[in-house]
Amino acid sequence: MRAWTICRRELQATFSSVVAYILLAVFLLLAGYFFYSDLVFILLVSSFTPVAGLWQWVFLDMRLVTLLILPLVTMRLFAEEKKLGTMELMWTYPVRDLEIVAGKFAAAVIFFLIMLVPTAIPCALLYSFQPFDLQPLLAAYLGLILLGIGFISCGLFVSSTTENQVVSAMVTYGILVFFWFLTWNEEAANQAALRVLLGMSLFDRFYNFTRGVIDTRDVVFFTLFISFFLFLTWQSLASRKWRGVP
Amino acid sequence: MISVSGVTKRFGSFTAVSDISFEVASGEIVGLLGPNGAGKSTTMRILAGVFPPSAGSAHIAGFDVVKEPLRARAAVGYFPERVAAYLDMSVESYLRYVGRMKGVARPELAEAARNAMTACGLEPVAKRIIGSLSKGFRQRVGIAQALTGEPKVLILDEPTAGLDPEQVAEMRELIRSLKQDRTVVLSTHILPEVENTCDRVIIIHRGRIVAVDTPANLNRTIQAAGRVVIEVNAAVSEVAEKLGEISGVVSVSPHPRAVDGAASFTVLTERDRDVREEIARAVTDSGWGLRELRSVAYSLEEIFLTLVNEDGEIQRNDDAGVDDL
Repeated sequence: MRAWTICRRELQATFSSVVAYILLAVFLLLAGYFFYSDLVFILLVSSFTPVAGLWQWVFLDMRLVTLLILPLVTMRLFAEEKKLGTMELMWTYPVRDLEIVAGKFAAAVIFFLIMLVPTAIPCALLYSFQPFDLQPLLAAYLGLILLGIGFISCGLFVSSTTENQVVSAMVTYGILVFFWFLTWNEEAANQAALRVLLGMSLFDRFYNFTRGVIDTRDVVFFTLFISFFLFLTWQSLASRKWRGVP
Repeated sequence: MISVSGVTKRFGSFTAVSDISFEVASGEIVGLLGPNGAGKSTTMRILAGVFPPSAGSAHIAGFDVVKEPLRARAAVGYFPERVAAYLDMSVESYLRYVGRMKGVARPELAEAARNAMTACGLEPVAKRIIGSLSKGFRQRVGIAQALTGEPKVLILDEPTAGLDPEQVAEMRELIRSLKQDRTVVLSTHILPEVENTCDRVIIIHRGRIVAVDTPANLNRTIQAAGRVVIEVNAAVSEVAEKLGEISGVVSVSPHPRAVDGAASFTVLTERDRDVREEIARAVTDSGWGLRELRSVAYSLEEIFLTLVNEDGEIQRNDDAGVDDL
């Protein structure tokens, strides 16, 4: 109940600031442009049906836009409250730390989902011209949603460690890009290490979804990744008990 | 209503408060007095539920702040040293949000917010965005925030800090009006604040309680002597001699620097004796020009020196001196 109160206030604050709309606009412009250019490209090179392979291209591009936007959504979640001093007040209300984490997390996830809704429009248009198998598209969306929520949980944690929003966004970029580049140069790692790294790479895990494959192991990995950072966030809030409040 | 026993709070190797114990009865206003860094805020944060003590226990309205933190917090309204509110919300919607966070039932939210606004004189700015309000009003929003949900206990950390004199007067008036049926703990590093508002004073120094007493008793202990500063346009030695003859005057010490040939002195007098009129008469009768005559209150620093010196144990701990007061 209190988590919902926090989530609601968070969403109100988000949508009453112009930043939310700028982020939404940039996200949709980029996503829309990538959809268009990928579609044109597929039509040029493939004499076959346009849909085969299209989702892979589109969602690999959407991944980048999501990576660009979400740390800017999560950066203020805790950092702003710490800067304002409202975080200290929240700790004096009868609310558990876990509820605070849940409220903030839910607000960012809801914003992300709202951000994704308009991206279904071009897909629906395409479907109206040429119906296609929906399963691969839905798999790709599921993958993107899991990936985005992973970004959010990471960003939420980083935001809980600082009161500077720029630091919050930059460190989140750093961590997420690290999880991406982990396997970029496959020659740099030996085979044993590579297998472990591949298992941990967010983006390699995401790749399967874009091909229309929902692998339970991938879903479990994302769930673990998200839970891990939510746990860290919870611990980060609890650290005031021995570190004090600035 | 509030019971603190043996509370110690450590942050790493730093001990912020050490073995503090006190009780506050229902309906009482108690002032925590101490210099910056004495442990006032740490004590208040423990009471408000921001963090638990490292050792010892604290109860609010019968609830242990460690074992039943949510119930204890529900009984407390807290005003932090750093006044905070969401600057992009209107006063009214902010207080409704606070009400929801404190568990006020939905049908009573509007009334809870209205009551808090009325108590703090915020109705005229109910629809204004908090970010557009003056510091004085924001401070009142902070108090209204603490009042929302009618908590039995109010913890106010330096409620008048950073306000201009007029706003300070208004804030004191507001705090006095809150007394009624609430238990209030407020902290300050300004002595008159406690004298004006509190039933009892707890003096904290370096994380320990130095004294607990009523403001009047405390004043009597501290004010071993009255003190008057005077500036006279005459020769130092003559004035000193003349003033020394007045009954009730204990000592006359000239200030090293004279301005425009005028001499200035600090005159110590016997306790509870106001000798200002006699001094003025003595000066004018001698035909000297009286430039300044005022009684000087003891500063918190001096009070601390007095108290700390009276208490042998604390004095021993503080051999390094009290220069950081």
